[in-house]
Amino acid sequence: MNFRKLFKIGALLTLSVSVLVGCGGTEESANNSSAPSAQGETVAAEPEEVVISIVGSTTVTPVVEQIAEAYKELNPNTKIEIQGVGSSAGIKAVMEGSADIGMASRELKAGEKAAGLKETAVAHDAIAIVVHPSNFVTGLTTEQAKQIFEGKITNWSEIGGDDAPITVVTREDGSGTRGAFESVMGLVDEDGVSTISPVALVSEGNGAVKASVASKDNSIGFISLGTLDDTTKALEVDGVFPSSESTIAGDYKVSRRLLVLTPENVSSDIQSFLDYALSPEAQVIVSEHYIPVN
Amino acid sequence: MGNARSKKIIDFIMKIIFLASAVITIILVAFIGGYVVSQGIPFFKHIPLFDFLFGTKWAPSGDKYGLAPMLVASALGTFGAIIIAIVIGVITAIVMVEILPPKLASILSAGVDLLAGIPSVVYGFWGLMFVVPVINEVIPNTIGQGSSLLAVIIILAIMVLPIVIRMTEVSLRAIPSELKEGAFALGASHLQYIFQIQLLAAKSGTLAGIVLAVGRALGETMAVILVAGNAAIFPKSITDPVRTLTANIALEMGYAYGLHQQALFATGMVLFLIIIGINCVVQILMRPKKEK
Repeated sequence: MNFRKLFKIGALLTLSVSVLVGCGGTEESANNSSAPSAQGETVAAEPEEVVISIVGSTTVTPVVEQIAEAYKELNPNTKIEIQGVGSSAGIKAVMEGSADIGMASRELKAGEKAAGLKETAVAHDAIAIVVHPSNFVTGLTTEQAKQIFEGKITNWSEIGGDDAPITVVTREDGSGTRGAFESVMGLVDEDGVSTISPVALVSEGNGAVKASVASKDNSIGFISLGTLDDTTKALEVDGVFPSSESTIAGDYKVSRRLLVLTPENVSSDIQSFLDYALSPEAQVIVSEHYIPVN
Repeated sequence: MGNARSKKIIDFIMKIIFLASAVITIILVAFIGGYVVSQGIPFFKHIPLFDFLFGTKWAPSGDKYGLAPMLVASALGTFGAIIIAIVIGVITAIVMVEILPPKLASILSAGVDLLAGIPSVVYGFWGLMFVVPVINEVIPNTIGQGSSLLAVIIILAIMVLPIVIRMTEVSLRAIPSELKEGAFALGASHLQYIFQIQLLAAKSGTLAGIVLAVGRALGETMAVILVAGNAAIFPKSITDPVRTLTANIALEMGYAYGLHQQALFATGMVLFLIIIGINCVVQILMRPKKEK
């Protein structure tokens, strides 16, 4: 999460520097555009460099980065630029054509569907509902979880726990994990407004939610399964414990697809990258942190 | 001759360099201010200023942008912290200037400097690991389990304490010794002198310190995010979680785009205007007094 901020600050600095030395910048780009033709004359055999820009979800970024690393080894002439800026911004970027491929860690909303983007799931991720390890509640039904996050169930005793008020921890508005959790659990009203209780504590990032839940006895939160460790305890949902196996089998429902988005028709270079992302080798890479699609 | 001319040239060049440095500062301020305003203004085409400032619900996913809970939280957090900082800070300054022997005072002074030098994320981390659990221990079963307005007030009070102490100390020391001698000659006790003469005479510096501290408390982000709980609600009690203006921006900037991003810039704009107002007050307070 902090890397994203650092990255933004870095980008801002580079931007301001490039504004300051604007003249130098144009000269350079002029050189770049003339370079391929000059090269083509002298070394005809050299294939042209391909640049694929991928923008979007910070959850999907590390997976795509690793796939891209492997892909570049097979295709040394392909340059892949990846930016983690969030699902919504990534969807917008590919819709507007400022990126070749978008990444999203949630399903597209109705308005976003209208653009007719092609959705390719490169991985699955389960979202685990977590509580403090000392909590002796071991599972919830989907309905109970929904009511807890909506603030309708406010005491652990209502679901068989201690007599203690529930502290709900959620992610910040705009987070893909929150968006996915809301749509799976039905935590949005008909206008698409989140119904997660406004008194819920808000933490930025999976790590911060985990830290918050780990430090508060009576709290409950949700995190990506890939970030789960023994500082918090994952709950069964409708009797199914979250794991790669239960998600692949389709038994654990609180999961989401990690998507890459492209326009309907793409160049052969981009198509070959998409094909590679679904290949067995790439899916082995995916399985290090997430759940492979096949 | 040649020597004099080269001196003139150096003078001229140095003048340009100095001028350029000063101009860069002004340009930077104007650029940042202008940028925030230019990014924030378009937001008000979608949401009127009144609805933004007085709206009570913040839910960007549903295009609800009400800043009132954050304004209240920032105001309450800052107010509480300043009250504590004034009480402890002014007394500490008096002790340093008037009561402690110089050697002990200089040790205390070094401590204050250290306090001022601790990075805010360290305050926040300490707050999260120590202050929040202690609050939860003392007042159990609250909705935030310690992450609360109270935690914000405590952390901010500690963070602005050095500013209040320093400014008060400096202005107390600046009081001419004639006042002290005169007071004692008229039979005033030490305490009478401190509270009825010295503090009054040091009023403007102390006030300026307090206003500076208000600006610092309002602008603090990192430490606050870690202990506040960040729920965008009106706190009904001091143990309720709150979200301040700065936390609102920092929490959501990572993923915000479009109208949501503009809303964050508009939040920044509001904060910027408040801070400018506070700085103006400082300028007025710090202005040397003219003859009445």
